[in-house]
Amino acid sequence: MQEFGAAFGEAFRLVTTLDADLSEIVILSLQVSLAAVGLAALIGLPLGAGLAVLRFPGRGALVITLNALMGLPPVVVGLLVYLLLSRAGPLGELGLLYTPTAMVIAQAVLVTPIVAALARQTIEDMHDEYLDQLRVFGIAPLGMMKTLLWDARYSLLTALLAGFGRAVAEVGAVIIVGGNINHVTRVMTTTIALETSKGNLSLALGLGLVLVTIAIAANAAVMALRASAKRFAYA
Amino acid sequence: MPDAALCTETDGLLEQARRQSSVLPIECRRVGICRGGRALLDSVDVCIDGTGLTVVLGPNGAGKTLLLRVLVNLVRPDSGWVRWAGTPPDRTRAPRIGFLFQKPMMLRRSVLANVTYVLSAAGLARRECNAKAGEVLALATLEHLAQTPARLLSGGEQQRLALARALAVEPDVLLLDEPASSLDPAAALAIEKLIETVRARGTRCVLVTHDIGQARRLADTVLFMHRGRIVERARAQAFFDQPAEQSARDFIEGRIVL
Repeated sequence: MQEFGAAFGEAFRLVTTLDADLSEIVILSLQVSLAAVGLAALIGLPLGAGLAVLRFPGRGALVITLNALMGLPPVVVGLLVYLLLSRAGPLGELGLLYTPTAMVIAQAVLVTPIVAALARQTIEDMHDEYLDQLRVFGIAPLGMMKTLLWDARYSLLTALLAGFGRAVAEVGAVIIVGGNINHVTRVMTTTIALETSKGNLSLALGLGLVLVTIAIAANAAVMALRASAKRFAYA
Repeated sequence: MPDAALCTETDGLLEQARRQSSVLPIECRRVGICRGGRALLDSVDVCIDGTGLTVVLGPNGAGKTLLLRVLVNLVRPDSGWVRWAGTPPDRTRAPRIGFLFQKPMMLRRSVLANVTYVLSAAGLARRECNAKAGEVLALATLEHLAQTPARLLSGGEQQRLALARALAVEPDVLLLDEPASSLDPAAALAIEKLIETVRARGTRCVLVTHDIGQARRLADTVLFMHRGRIVERARAQAFFDQPAEQSARDFIEGRIVL
């Protein structure tokens, strides 16, 4: 019990003194996860908007598939991206395996279905409300997608937040494609797993504290933004 | 057969409007819509052309709103056809028809941005958009609310904004679906004044209502609908003085029309 207490104390010290190793890991984690969410937003938001606005054969099946992909197991994604980026794989020549870029790709693959599926649901609800008016204005489907993406911007933050939560907290995919290499691809979750297995609880706990704090802060920020948008009737 | 009562207003203006318009005349012929074995529209013929204001009058469920939605191509008829300036409706000409819904839909943007959105979609440059938006907001006496989120406006203000937004692109024809039905008398009067202004500028107007007082105040011509059919069409004075159909007489005299 005393050992745990000491570990907590040391973890607290690492966080408050902005320990260099800990900071490096936190910064890389944020860079990787934010880049992955950015990439997922670039793909997922238009994809979600397209599925919400356009009507074409196979749309229903695509929506079901997208919803199912929200529950993709991270290790399976990690394995697929590994196969893609490994020397023998189709993108092996790029030499991306065990780099932060590989981790971004893996996390983006995980997060894109979440962003796209949540965006589709949000935009489809708004589309029902807007459709007649936009048709009267003579807006083409692409214009409708743009309009709805803009008008749903505050609601879509929730989709991006869900994606960020998934990205920053997952360990299976990044450990496979990143390799948890010290000072190169070591992020919070992989470090927590490694240091816990080594019995170095202080660093693991310190990173755990930071991870939880980031999750709470991100949620609070988005909630505050949405509340403010609601006050002005934009959400 | 063309709707003579609706096509013969001031001939000079008619010719001028026809030359400039890309949607007039708006015609529908033998339009029918059937749902659940019930005819919501039954072989309806309408021709909207020229100038002036036509009121589509009738009890609830007569098919007034549905007819308007057919004319603006929001609903496709099961039978019959609709033509804008002699050709089938298409999206590119949709902005030439201003349409005001009973319950206005406000974009989640400011009052000004609601108007500039339409202008921008019509291809105007940003500077022109702002200038034109300022003009129509002044017409709707909303210029002092330009930066206010549109969804925070009162019902009457929202309806005025919707009207300003519809007028921003200077449509050839304005279709209004009971625009004042949920407003208090002062707000309804403000809308009526705006409609009068628009009509005075030569924009063809079609107003759906079941408010006889409003119809008397605004109508040049009247289409009376009952059970999905146009049962009477006449100039306003003649219609209100001597309605030909029993259902129209009952409606004007405040008796229940089933």
